Amino acid sequence: MERKIRVLIAKPGLDGHDRGAKVVARALRDAGMEVIYTGLHQTADMVVETAIQEDVDVIGLSLLSGAHMTLFVDVTKLLKQRGMQDVLVVGGGIIPEQDAPKLKKAGVSGIFGPGTHCDEIVNFIKKNVKR
Amino acid sequence: MNDITSNVLKGDSRSIARLITLAENNDPIAANAMKVIHPKTGNAHVIGITGVMGSGKSTLIFELSREYRKKGLKVGIIAIDPTSPFSGGALLGDRIRMMELATDAGVFIRSMGTRGMLGGLTSAVYDVVEILDASGKDIIFVETVGVGQAEVDVIKLADTTLVTLVPGLGDSIQTIKAGIMEIADIYVVNKADRPGVEQAVAEIESLIDITCSEKDRKIPVLTTIAKQSKGIVELVNEIENHKNYLKNTKMFEAQRKKRYEAELIEIIRKRLMNLIFDESIFKDKVESLIDQISKKKVDPYTVADEILGKILK
Repeated sequence: MERKIRVLIAKPGLDGHDRGAKVVARALRDAGMEVIYTGLHQTADMVVETAIQEDVDVIGLSLLSGAHMTLFVDVTKLLKQRGMQDVLVVGGGIIPEQDAPKLKKAGVSGIFGPGTHCDEIVNFIKKNVKR
Repeated sequence: MNDITSNVLKGDSRSIARLITLAENNDPIAANAMKVIHPKTGNAHVIGITGVMGSGKSTLIFELSREYRKKGLKVGIIAIDPTSPFSGGALLGDRIRMMELATDAGVFIRSMGTRGMLGGLTSAVYDVVEILDASGKDIIFVETVGVGQAEVDVIKLADTTLVTLVPGLGDSIQTIKAGIMEIADIYVVNKADRPGVEQAVAEIESLIDITCSEKDRKIPVLTTIAKQSKGIVELVNEIENHKNYLKNTKMFEAQRKKRYEAELIEIIRKRLMNLIFDESIFKDKVESLIDQISKKKVDPYTVADEILGKILK
């Protein structure tokens, strides 16, 4: 049986705008992935603990509030601490261009801003999933 | 015993999660682990929660879990949502209602897609119940997909089955008399702050009066407002009452045998399908056989006889 890619889509921090996250969740579902959607106001602890229990291959973080340098990096740090480098982390939302290289260095492998085509995200995940 | 199995028995979350994935993917590693795990199971009380979409199943599980956690019990939750028949993907959203439990080390939540199974459950759910049981969970909740009328497989799996309804279904309760209206050990009318709650309770009670065959136990009908944590303590008490009832009447053992029968059938079904469609000499032929059926050159029964004949010989 074909192994399904499992993805956690989470919105960390204080940000009520979840339309983008839902659009991406649906696109990944339509690409045959199992998407666990946990909704708004997640802490890094919640994201990582959920990723462990759900044994996901990918974590997709969405943030439009501007706190991505703190909250995205909190998640990747915690993943490293727990020895979970085999989880691919991608991010989306309003991420200024100059922040993207820093986030990539911190372990957010793909950054997808407004206007990204859903197929691009699907293909990126399929190509880069680590296990 | 390999690492993953011994770590599951110690209650390690990552090993539990990984073994569940292997079971879902029908990996032989999982089958071997299950052989070691089975003798260590049987302690957890398995509570099935089923009911129509939007009746508050996830919120009820969240509230019930908090109540059991207050008693110091460890909780496992299996939340099933539908897999798309078109893409094979799924959007699993039951956790949204349970996020406060995410960082509680005494709670393990797993979301699962149905992956083609009808009946409200998913094929690997029996394995997952055993894994969580062996890992030391005292209470295991199984949340079915939002059901219509006939998705009743949960009764084979659960020790105690809750059917959740909401006020305002009105006459539609009549239409679901058979199927899910026959399987409850406890009825829960959730969202009881909505109008029509008395009518809903009365309709269910009259239904119980005419269909109840268990003479020594009247099926209770409870009202809850899960979002306001109302009626939860009473519901936990009824679940405990039902557990004691099963134990006192020796029905507990019978109920467990039903589960193992269903599990055995599911394992054999999976193995047989795998044998026919993935491993047998028919692997590459199935499509052309279906093509011939479609062109009326042969009928489906003859093809089935031929395939089974080759497999079973």
